[in-house]
Amino acid sequence: MRNKFLTYFILVVGAVVFAYPFIWMVFATFKPEFEISNLYPLSKNMSFKNYSVVFGKIPILRAFFNSLFVSLSITFSVIIFGSIVGYALSRLNFYGRDFILMLILFTMMIPFQITLIPTYVLIVKLGLVDTYAGLILPGMMSSFSILIFRQFFLTIPASLIESARLDGCNNFQIVFKIIIPLSKPAVVTVGILTFMSSWNEVLWPLIVIRNEKLMTMPQLVTIFVLGGQAESQLGVQLACATLLALPIVIAYLFFQRYFIESMATTGLKE
Amino acid sequence: MVKVRRSENRSGYLMVLPYAVYFLVFVAYPLIFSFVLIFHRWNIVTPMEFISLKNFVRLFRDELFFKSIINTLIFLSIHIPLQIVVALFFANLLNQNVKLRGFFRALYFLPVVVSGVVVTILWQQLYAYETGLINQILSNSGLRKIPWLISPELAMPSIAIMATWKNVGLYIVLFLAGLQSIPRELYEVAEIDGASGLQKFFKITLPLLNPTIVLVVVLSTIGGFSLFIEPYIMTGGGPMNSTLSAMLYIYNQAFYFNHMGYAATLGFFFATIIFIVVFLQRKFIEREVY
Repeated sequence: MRNKFLTYFILVVGAVVFAYPFIWMVFATFKPEFEISNLYPLSKNMSFKNYSVVFGKIPILRAFFNSLFVSLSITFSVIIFGSIVGYALSRLNFYGRDFILMLILFTMMIPFQITLIPTYVLIVKLGLVDTYAGLILPGMMSSFSILIFRQFFLTIPASLIESARLDGCNNFQIVFKIIIPLSKPAVVTVGILTFMSSWNEVLWPLIVIRNEKLMTMPQLVTIFVLGGQAESQLGVQLACATLLALPIVIAYLFFQRYFIESMATTGLKE
Repeated sequence: MVKVRRSENRSGYLMVLPYAVYFLVFVAYPLIFSFVLIFHRWNIVTPMEFISLKNFVRLFRDELFFKSIINTLIFLSIHIPLQIVVALFFANLLNQNVKLRGFFRALYFLPVVVSGVVVTILWQQLYAYETGLINQILSNSGLRKIPWLISPELAMPSIAIMATWKNVGLYIVLFLAGLQSIPRELYEVAEIDGASGLQKFFKITLPLLNPTIVLVVVLSTIGGFSLFIEPYIMTGGGPMNSTLSAMLYIYNQAFYFNHMGYAATLGFFFATIIFIVVFLQRKFIEREVY
């Protein structure tokens, strides 16, 4: 009995350690500067002032839509191309298939540190600095996602594909009408992983975007906090951090189980 | 099944074509071009200048670069053990017959989904010397304040603690999955033989979790070698370059000083180190699970 109590006690302490900082942060954004360092979350002088400073100084709403557009484009592309390629690699017999599979495994082993600078040079040469294309193109396909799709498609009964073929479906129709609807778990996993990583990506935007109007949300917040525009006001810094966290936390509240299950499949990466 | 249909050949090629294009443009070209860059001096604006191996000569004399690698290794040597111990600890608690398991798991996982930018801005407040939350709690309980980000000795460990806080939820989930795959009967047999809780943990749990441990070590090593945004926002690499990570140094060389050739050389060299470290980790940690 005592043991059980101890277990729950530690679990609750853990919950406080992992969640309370976020709660404190949200309350702090409504406080005036001099009260922010109070441990207690509430105050008599709560207002939206810090948020109005953020909205007044930087195009944060625009950055939100930039991030949304870029992340959705990348996610959509990774799912579409990933399932087409995954289908070819799992369900079609063609000469050189194993070679392509090897290339994909090889690509996953390359540390990004080696290709980062040459890829930037390529984007410069293509004239894609300060464009959405510069943000989207390098993320349009993912080896890992292709492998997830391939793995999943292998479990779909061959008879389904065969009968669709007899009904006159070509391979693209099979992918979009039969395979994808049957592969919701794989689509959800790839979708969440891709969306989350591109929403939170900050190094690449910092490199290819200089125009404030095209900046993604994490990038704009980073530059705002570092560039002195926030004038080292803690409340303002925390307010834009809160705005940045909000969309993904809301998504997490609704699809919590899927987030956790999808992230756990990163285990398959090895 | 044995005979390859010709039409399958054709649609096979058609369907992998997008990947082939992507591979050529965003994998093969950058790889080849990085081999060109490492032999050149180039600021992107003026033409490239061939300097043979001078970038490497410079690299081996670049004390700051080696300091940044050592900083990154310091980060890893705190982050990885801490991550494994904390994740194993909570995974074990959650693996017991507890109510609200899903609720706790979801809370511990929360920092994983939130952007590193948010976490860093938040922790900058928590770590602040005078007004920070942690130091306030310390001084309220009669303890001395800790110069988390001000002291060159503590700054990198502080960042490692923050990174552990952010990522550990993922590893709790991975360990929990690993623990649940261990057959109950093994523990029952051990109990009949009179094994203690600790013995069960070290003789059964730990060996059988080896695949998960390898996975956690490799994943957090690769993640740790990419350490960039946390010191970029929190400390800018200071104090006294103690939090200058290798990625931050490469970033500065490339995008602050425009030394493209040199930065590509650093990236190449650093990627080689990552490759070797991950290879050695697998070689020494990986065990056959019976």
